[in-house]
Amino acid sequence: MASLSIRNVRKVYPNGAEVLKGVDLDIEDGQFLILVGGSGCGKSTLLNMIAGLETVSDGEIRIGDRCVNHVPPKSRDIAMVFQSYALYPTMTVRENISFGLGIRKVPKEEQKKTVERVADILKISHLLDRKPAMLSGGQRQRVAMGRAIARDPALFLFDEPLSNLDAKLRVDMRAEIKLMHQRLGSTIVYVTHDQIEAMTLGDRIAVMKDGVVQQFGSPQEIYDQPANLFVAGFIGSPSMNFLRGRLASLGRGSAFMLEHEDNTTLLPLPMEANLTAWHGREVILGVRPEHVTDAASARRSEAADGRHPTEVACTVELTEPTGPDTLVFARFNGGRITCRTHPRAAAVPGGRMTLAFDLSKAVLFDPATEQRIA
Amino acid sequence: MHADTYANGAPNLSVGRLFIYLLLGLVALYYLAPLYVMLSTSVKTLDEIRAGNLLSLPQAPTLAAWSKAWSGACTSVQCEGLAPYFWNSMKMTLPAMLLSTLIGSLNGYVLAHWRFRGADIVFTALMVGCFIPFQVVILPMARLLGAAELANTATGLVIVHTIYGLAFTTLFFRNYYVTVPEELVKAARIDGAGFFTIYRRIIFPLSLPIFMVCFIWQFTQIWNDFLFGVVFGGSDAQPVTVALNNLVNTSTGVVEYNVNMAAAIIAALPTLVIYLIAGKYFVRGLTAGAVKG
Repeated sequence: MASLSIRNVRKVYPNGAEVLKGVDLDIEDGQFLILVGGSGCGKSTLLNMIAGLETVSDGEIRIGDRCVNHVPPKSRDIAMVFQSYALYPTMTVRENISFGLGIRKVPKEEQKKTVERVADILKISHLLDRKPAMLSGGQRQRVAMGRAIARDPALFLFDEPLSNLDAKLRVDMRAEIKLMHQRLGSTIVYVTHDQIEAMTLGDRIAVMKDGVVQQFGSPQEIYDQPANLFVAGFIGSPSMNFLRGRLASLGRGSAFMLEHEDNTTLLPLPMEANLTAWHGREVILGVRPEHVTDAASARRSEAADGRHPTEVACTVELTEPTGPDTLVFARFNGGRITCRTHPRAAAVPGGRMTLAFDLSKAVLFDPATEQRIA
Repeated sequence: MHADTYANGAPNLSVGRLFIYLLLGLVALYYLAPLYVMLSTSVKTLDEIRAGNLLSLPQAPTLAAWSKAWSGACTSVQCEGLAPYFWNSMKMTLPAMLLSTLIGSLNGYVLAHWRFRGADIVFTALMVGCFIPFQVVILPMARLLGAAELANTATGLVIVHTIYGLAFTTLFFRNYYVTVPEELVKAARIDGAGFFTIYRRIIFPLSLPIFMVCFIWQFTQIWNDFLFGVVFGGSDAQPVTVALNNLVNTSTGVVEYNVNMAAAIIAALPTLVIYLIAGKYFVRGLTAGAVKG
């Protein structure tokens, strides 16, 4: 068990490509850190650098209170689970799990006990004498995790471990990884491109893009207060709606000018920040689909917590029933927005319905810098 | 395999297919005919050869010509048959085959999984090595062996063949090992394994098909080599190919076709045997990288 500290870490390849441009991350002992981002954002490179499989061009990586920049992978007290599982194909499951122990000269008796304990935790005891080729994807995943657990490392590294599983199994294994984390209390760094995995698993999430950490915080912070347009759009499914429009003054506060068909409706903004500098200027309003809903649902939640959604009539362009909710698409300010409505309240495409905008959790972005204003 | 190919269609013996089988049969016959002539001639007596038809079956098969070819025929001044040279060839081929394959395997492992600066240049240089004709290396190699006092020895021949074969074996192994996922090596490094442990415990056990390919390739190349054998073999380490040439070209008295045929088959037999034993790996190993996934 150990904390992990990454200080101004950079990675520049000999051909001049800068993959990581100064990354700073800190997690405490026992925390679950998620590195999330699209392909090519540098998340896997960072993980490989933590593992010692790639060199650090600049900066410092500390595991516990030891700088590991020049420590070889085997001495870093880490274990890694790979996307392809990387099980040794010629060895049985038992040999796969005990391989690292054997190399570390752990006594045979103890190896046997560890393998049995790990197999018991992961419910793979009946598979111990099989070769990886005879296992299903989910079973291979378990063995790969078993190999990591058997080592009892200070730090677990997961490189997109669920990407090769089918959708249902992925959800099951996600829960298992979380359970394992709760039971072992281990420190974990987990790379994924899946924002749902990031939200559900992480204590701390680092959203990355182009070698830069866009935002580092708890899942709820990142969901509610995204630092910029990229983070806001990346986290959350369906994605946050972005509306381009002007701000106007309204009473003592500000309002967003919502344009639809030929009308303009003023949506009062509840933000406490002083937005007078932005009055009359264009901004991007970010509002999540669950905060644009049908009028009836909105009134129910209004009664519950005293928010005051603004109701706007519009024409429905398209609907996507998901079961519990129906997603309704409509046009505002020249763009299409997604609204999460009650299935019975959703109009058919082409029909009229009243949508309620709840801006209590809305965010505003500067269109030029794409940073959050409020 | 063959059954599967046509399993989904009804057995289709149309005129076209019949024609294809006929053609294939003819080609097979054409290729097998010389072997048949060699085999049948080798068990005939000289009288029968002179009297009879080339394609007729032997009247009274005898192994006399085989035994003469093996232990009594004259190759230049000695008349000990092919036997000593056959063992010379073995003494040269087996160590050279093992050495070049083993070193090639390590080279391939390094080039595929321990990428170092300039690895591509080294690989390209080795590739070029595959295209260097024998004749080009003869003179420098002769000077080198002379300087090392290994000229005209079996050891010298082993070294020559090992070096010349390395380009091929490295190429084979490198192309096979790039299909081994690099994550396996990464996982093993994190598990604490070093360079040789990873090779021995993870890479080597995966390598049987490509080892077979290299064994067959190297054995055939080295066994069949004539030029290096005649230049560097001297009189003590002459391989069987050189001896066969001498035997056939020794022009004292009548030409013993039966002995010549038997000798030729003896000289070719080991490569045939190794193909029969390991042949199934050959095609499998050669295509292993090509059709992955």
